[in-house]
Order: sequence, then structure tokens, then C-alpha cells
Amino acid sequence: MIGRSAGVEATGSLQRPVSLWHRLHIDPVLLLLLLLLSGGGLVVLYSGADASLRAVEAQAMRLGVAFVAMFVFAQLEPSVYRRWSPWMYALGLAGLVAVLLVGVGAKGAQRWLALPGLPRFQPSEIMKLLVPMMAAWYLSRHYLPPRFRHVMVGVALVLVPMVLIIQQPDLGTSLLVGAAGMFVVFFAGLSWRLISGFVALLAVAAPAMWFFVMRDYQKQRVLTLLDPQSDPLGAGWNIIQSTTAIGSGGWSGKGWLQGTQSHLEFLPESHTDFIVAVLAEEFGFVGLMVLLAAYLLIILRCLYIAVNAQDSFSRLLAGALTMTFFVYIVVNIGMVSGLLPIVGVPLPLISYGGTSIVTLMSAFGVLMAIHTHRRMITA
Amino acid sequence: MVWGEFKDTVAERRLFQRRVLVMLALVILLFGVLVGRFYQLQVIEHDTYTTLSDQNRVQVRSVPPTRGLIYDRNGTLVAENRPVFSVTLVPERVDDMTATLTRLQELLTISDEDMERFRRRLQEPRRPFQELPLHYDLTEQEIASMAVHRHELPGVEVSAELVRHYPFGELNAHALGYVGRINRDELQRIDPVNYAGTNYIGKSGVERVYEDELHGRVGYEHVETNARGRTLRVLERENPVPGEDLMLHLDMRLQQRAFELLEGRRGAIVAIEPKTGGILALASVPGFDANLFVTGIGVEEYRELSESRDKPLFNRALRGQYPPGSTIKPMLLLAGLDSGTFTREKTIWDPGFFQINQSGRRYRDWKRGGHGWVDGVKAVAESCDIYFYELGVEMGVDIMHDYLSRFGFGMDATLDVGGALPGLLPSRDWKRGMRNEPWYPGDSVNMSIGQGFFLATPLQLATATALVANRGDWVQPRMLRDVMGDRALDSILQPEHIDDLTLENHDTWEYVVDTMEEVMHGRKGTARAAAEGADYRMAGKTGTAQVFSLAEDEEYDEEEVRERLRDHALFVGFAPVDDPQIVVSVIVENGGSGSGTAAPVARAMFDAWLKEFNGEDAVISQFAGGQP
Repeated sequence: MIGRSAGVEATGSLQRPVSLWHRLHIDPVLLLLLLLLSGGGLVVLYSGADASLRAVEAQAMRLGVAFVAMFVFAQLEPSVYRRWSPWMYALGLAGLVAVLLVGVGAKGAQRWLALPGLPRFQPSEIMKLLVPMMAAWYLSRHYLPPRFRHVMVGVALVLVPMVLIIQQPDLGTSLLVGAAGMFVVFFAGLSWRLISGFVALLAVAAPAMWFFVMRDYQKQRVLTLLDPQSDPLGAGWNIIQSTTAIGSGGWSGKGWLQGTQSHLEFLPESHTDFIVAVLAEEFGFVGLMVLLAAYLLIILRCLYIAVNAQDSFSRLLAGALTMTFFVYIVVNIGMVSGLLPIVGVPLPLISYGGTSIVTLMSAFGVLMAIHTHRRMITA
Repeated sequence: MVWGEFKDTVAERRLFQRRVLVMLALVILLFGVLVGRFYQLQVIEHDTYTTLSDQNRVQVRSVPPTRGLIYDRNGTLVAENRPVFSVTLVPERVDDMTATLTRLQELLTISDEDMERFRRRLQEPRRPFQELPLHYDLTEQEIASMAVHRHELPGVEVSAELVRHYPFGELNAHALGYVGRINRDELQRIDPVNYAGTNYIGKSGVERVYEDELHGRVGYEHVETNARGRTLRVLERENPVPGEDLMLHLDMRLQQRAFELLEGRRGAIVAIEPKTGGILALASVPGFDANLFVTGIGVEEYRELSESRDKPLFNRALRGQYPPGSTIKPMLLLAGLDSGTFTREKTIWDPGFFQINQSGRRYRDWKRGGHGWVDGVKAVAESCDIYFYELGVEMGVDIMHDYLSRFGFGMDATLDVGGALPGLLPSRDWKRGMRNEPWYPGDSVNMSIGQGFFLATPLQLATATALVANRGDWVQPRMLRDVMGDRALDSILQPEHIDDLTLENHDTWEYVVDTMEEVMHGRKGTARAAAEGADYRMAGKTGTAQVFSLAEDEEYDEEEVRERLRDHALFVGFAPVDDPQIVVSVIVENGGSGSGTAAPVARAMFDAWLKEFNGEDAVISQFAGGQP
């Protein structure tokens, strides 16, 4: 690796020709993978939404908006994100507090903020981007690996929004936000001793959580996971029907639009959270392997971007955003296949609806920005 | 670069790369777990889940057969299947349960009982999208109002079921019987496969006797259903075989007339066609509306019916066991002549009383002062008791029992009339067995005028009279006249063999019939008033049965008690004498005298059948050609 030199750019002779993609600040590999995935997702969605073209159109519109967001976010220099991180984070916290005070929502949860002159939005959703940015900003100011003091401050920066989001209450989002922040701390070089300490703390805290923090419906979800047959028509219904859908798909599936579990309405939420069961039923094990392969390629590409990022902030942010995407996948598929309790996490880029799709694509935009705004220093 | 200017960038980069490798390992590990899980579900346990999935979607549904219809002899529908509508709710699809229920209560008259049951079901665990019934048997008005307002009530459905309906209501409850919901005892008895989709079963009468024929055979369909249980398509179907349509001997016009004739009274009329034994009319008054019992009767309504002093639920024609009184005198005369106890020329002196021996108890004649010299003809025509006292004592209980049992007394000689009682024909053995007493001559005295222990139902009296009309040829009384469809009548209807009553001298029949003709047309015949003005000849016998006990009446209304202590009025007869078309037995409870009350009723029945409804053949051929 050659050290940074401003002269290289000026000489031009060593510089690779700047491609159109580069000028647009788009990473073509990642874009192609994302397009393939969301395109395939629309095909599954058409079946999951019971052959409703309207659902597909709405989802395509949403994807369009998300891709535009990605494009916009890709145009900004990573340094812009870095500089604005503290301010945006502070604004985000204010938003979370505002949600608790004047938020709107349904079913006993306040998650939305309806400010005059702005479209309705979910501050907790935006925190999925802002918390890793803030943590990356803070930690990259210091030498890495971070000192214990800095780790503690970093963790605090993550915990405050988490607590605020739990109050809404929205455990799923809170955990995702927390995960995004903690990945930053991990990538920054959190010592393994501290990691073991955290894990031990969690092991101790888990029973306490069960008795003091978790609500009855959340406990019920865990119990249902352990024994779905205990309430086959109630809480166990979802998990029994989704494993039945997956299992009956077999190697190659029942064929597109031929899934009986989803089309005969046995499978709940077949176009939203449980869409992977539709895919597994209709395209079988093979279809699922293709999906996981696509996800894996995206993750690999993003990790490649992270590794090749030019400063600590970009690296930490890119790594954390990638791993958050990964958490989405594992939690959703694990839940649908009966490995994890039911939490409302959509399958990224495929599940119908949700503002999360815009956040996700914005994150990919940030990743592209990190990749395409590098100073061309390699020969 | 402001940041990291003085930092060891290479070391930081290395650190980050190591961390990415760790994460990559985690990614691959967890993806491996997911792949393993799907391999387990989709490859290893694939068969299990395929079975589960098919069980989910494919259901075997039984398709209940349509119950056979019942027609009277003229093709008038007397038992049909009516669609009954009920309101069901799918709670998952109801937006606002409280508002919906309030609205439904405005539109329909829902009993508190139904509402309470629905709320209870709502609390209980159930399958998602299951339909919960709220209100049964909608009136036409309610159906209409549901049709209008259904769009504002999401999740509310109106579902239909075929239920038995008796268009003639109370006219036929006792003649046809009725169906009702299958109860626990019946559940043990029936074939669970054939009744898989059936909710109703014949409880009594024809509905019960011909249950197998009327029910039909269940069909099946394999249907694909969605999670809401809604049938999406039929994969395979074996059609049910509908029940046989039956045609009865019953004539609704005559049945209706019988009810009109007994209107306001308690009693029974049985009319039989003597050639076939076919029951033309079977009326027990007061009747009740069997439709009440089909879907289940309310507690209050049932109490009202069952506690009524007029006992509308009691089938007097089949199960009312009355002392036959003088109506059996012609049969006893026949027994006396055929057994050689008396000759036709035998006359007795009737001083108004009878003594078994000189010092014994005096058995009185109904006529004070007696009838004077009495022969067989006069004994029947004027219903002289003394003649029959003497005959009875001389003949003895054994001969009386022998002959009367051949007339069908003391047994159920019916072919397909469900629930008929055998009455009681006393005998020496019976008295020894039941009372541990010998048979006294005084018992023979009572028996000779149809009193004492002797009990018979109106149907038995009509059956015995039909034997007289047929001059000894037995035909069992029956309901079924024909079956529609492919089955032959004699594959269903298999009469038992009952020995015809053959006499030493067949002419004795004519002699006995003459005595009965004398009752109607003789100068001093007890029923001569009832036969006045007829242009056909009829034969008959009046009877009066004493009422000796009072039902458990709690309150004594003197007028009412006096009325209910009056004798039962009876009459048996047939017409025309030479070519009998109809046999009738009539009993009017507390009607007073047979000649005054029962005989005119029988005459009206004769007139109706012989004069009024004589165009029956044309109607029958119309029935054979197709459904009316």
C-alpha cells in the first residue's frame, strides 16, 4: 500500500479512468445485487399478497423511493456524515422524546411523529442510521482500540436512544438500534475481555429481564417458541403454520402461486413478516438457498466496502450498517422458521411495506458514498 | 484529514480487518444454522409437513342427503324440507363487536338466552375465522332486513340449512310423527357414518318407522378449504342418495274434516280403507304443532303443552286405551254364534237386570225396565246389555278371549304405524298373573259389554271393525301407500301373516253385519238419527264407556269436573254395507252417549268420503306423473 499522496491524482497517468458509475457515486456490484434481490422479492410478494398486483405496484413505488434515497445518500461525502453526526443524533433524540410526549400511533404504541409541514415519520427508524453514526463519530475521534472510558461513553450513546424507544414501546426496533450501535463498539476493537464480561452480564441479566422487564405477551412468545402445540389455535398458530408451509415446500417447492398454506390463508402475514415462508413453500430449499446466497453476496460486498474504507469513521459505520442488515435477515428468518421468538422484524427488501425499506436503502447509500468518495490512491 | 492524523492508521486498519473476519465467521455460522434448519424442515421432515399441509387444506365433508318428502294419497305435500336461516358471526372480521351486536339486536329479535350463549362462546378459545352462531331460524322479515343491512355489518353471515316442515301443523303431528335433533341415546343407535352430516332424525310416527327410507345415504366430498373453513373447490365428490319420497294412505281433506268434527272436544277419529287397511285419517284432538319440536321447543312452550289438561301431546288414536263399551257387541255376538253358545233363534227375557244366580248381584241394563224379549238382532240394534251378560257368562272368558284376540284386541296388529299400544284383553291367565285372583263370572259380565279390565285404542276398534267389513279377511292397518323412485313397495312394506277369521258358517258374517245395519237404519236402532237421509247403507255400533277416575286435577271447578266425569262416547262403523269403502272409529272423551255424540261424527266422515271426495282417482294419476 502506498501512502497518501495528493500528487497522484494530479498526474492522471496512474489513475484509472473514472467510470460513469463512479461519477454517479454508485457501486454497480452492490446496485446489481440489490436490484436482483428486490426484483425477486416482488415476484415472491405477488404470490404472498395473494396475486395482488396492487400490492406489487405499491411495493415497487416504495422501492423506487428507497432507491432514490439511496442515490441521494450516496452523493454525500462521508466527512459530511461525520461532521453532522452529533447534531443529527441530538435531533434524533429530541424526536424520540417528542414521540413519547406528542407522538401518534395505534394499538397502545406511540411510534410516529406528525410535525406540521413534514410527512409523518418514525424517529426510531432514523435512529438505526444515526446511532451507529454517532458511535462511529465518537469512537473514531480517539485511538483505537478504545479505552474503557470511551467504550463506556460509546455504550451510553447507544443505550439512551434504546431506552427511549423501549418506552414507546417497540422492543424490536430498540434491539436493532442497539445492535447497530454495539457493532460499532465491537468493530472499534472492544477487548475480548470486555466482550466476555458483557456476555456474562447478559447471562445474569436474562432471568432478571424475564421477571422484571419483559411483558406478558413477550414471555408468551418465548413460551410459544418452546412449545407451539400448547396453544395451536392461538399463539402457536403462526409458528405451526409457517413451519408447515416451509416443510411442505420440500426441495424444489410447490411452484409459484401454488403454495397452499399461503393462498388458502393458513399462513398469517404472508406478504409481510412471514414472506420467507411463502418463498420456502413455493420455491423450496433451492429457492431459500438462492435467497441466502443473494444476502450473503450483499453482505460480502458491504464488508469489502468496509474493509476498503479510508478512515476509521467510515469503516466503523460501514461495518455496523452491514451487520445490522445481517441481523435483520437472521432474526426474520429465524423467527419464521421457529428458531427465535416472534418479533416484528421484516425480511429486508422483500417484506411488504414498512418505512424500514427506506432506512435500509439509505444505509446502502451511505455505504456507496463511503466506497465511491475514496481518494484514488491505489495504483 | 482532521481525524486520525496522528493515529496509527495501519494498526487500526489491521484491527478492523480482524474484526471483520470474526463477523464474517459469525455470518457464515448463523447462515449455516439457518440452512440447517431449513434442511431439517424441508428435506428431513418434508413428509410430515406435507401431511400437515394437506390436512390443513383438504377436508372430507359429509354431504347430508335430503330427507324424503311425504305426500298424502292425493299428492298433497304433508312433510317438506324448508331452508332455515341463521345468523353467524366471524369475530375476526367484525370491526366493532359491541356496535355490531347492538345493531343486530335492533334488526332481529334475539333472545337473551342466545345472546348470553354467544358471548360465552366468544370468550372461549376457538380456531381463527370460525363462524359462531348467534340467532337461529330467521323469520322472512328478518332475512329481508339482513339482506338490506348486510353491507354495514362485516363479518356477519346468514347461513341456511334444510329443516323439516309440516305445512299442516297440528293436523298431522299425531298421524305423521315428527323429526327432531338427534339426542344422545339416538347417537348410540345410528350409523355414525351415514348420519355424519345429519342433524335431525325421526322421533315418532311415520317419520320414525320409515327413518331408513326417508333419510337416504350420506355423500362425501373432498374439499379444499382455506383457514376460515370456506370451501374453495371440490376435489372429489360422491353424491348423497336422497331419501325416498313416500305417499301415504292419508287423505288430508278427510284428516282436516276429522279435526273440524272434533273441534273444541277431546277425542280421536280413525278412518281405514277396509280393502287395503290404509289409514285415511288419524286424528287425535287437540293436536299440537310438530314444527315446534323440530328445531327444539322453548321451555315455556313445552311446559304449556305438557301440562295442559287437554293433553295435546297425547296420541289418543294410537295410545289412548279406553274401555270399548258396547262397540264390541257385534263381535261377541259373532263369537257366541260361531262357538255354538247361542243360536240365531235364541231369545232371552230382559227384565232390566241380570243375575248370575238367584241370590247374586243384579247387573242392570242401561234401559230401566228392560227390553223384554230380545234376540241377537235386537240385542245389537238396541244395545241390550242383558243379552250379552247371559251370552258372556255362558260362553266364558276363554271363548271370548279367543275370538276377540283374533279381532286384534290385546295386541299391536299395526303394520307401520309407530307407537301404537296393544290395549288390554283380559283372560284367565292374565288375571291370575297380574292380580293373583281367579276369573269370576262377574268379570265375564263386565267383559261382555266392553267394561271391566278390557281396554282398546281407537285404532284397534277401527281395525276390528274393518275385519267385520271385510267379513273376516285380515288386513293390517298401515300408513304407507307407495314409494316414489325405484324401490318396490313390497321391499319396504312386508305384512305379517295374521290368520283370517274363518267361521263355521260364513253367512254368520252377514248376520252380524245385518245387526249393525239395524243399529243405523232399524226403527229402534241406537244410531238411527245419525243415519237419517242417507242414500247409502251403513253399519255401525254405538258405545259408551264409563269414566271412573279423574285425572290429577288440583283445582276443582264443579262445572268442569262434572263435564269430565261424563261417559266417553264411542262409535264404530263402516259404509256402504255391501261394498265397504271406509271404516271409522270415533271416541269423544266425556262426550256422553255414543249415539248422540259419536255417531253423527262418523256419519259426517262417511258422507265426506263417499259423497264429497269421490274424485280421488284423477288426482292420484296426476301424482304418479310427477311432482304436484
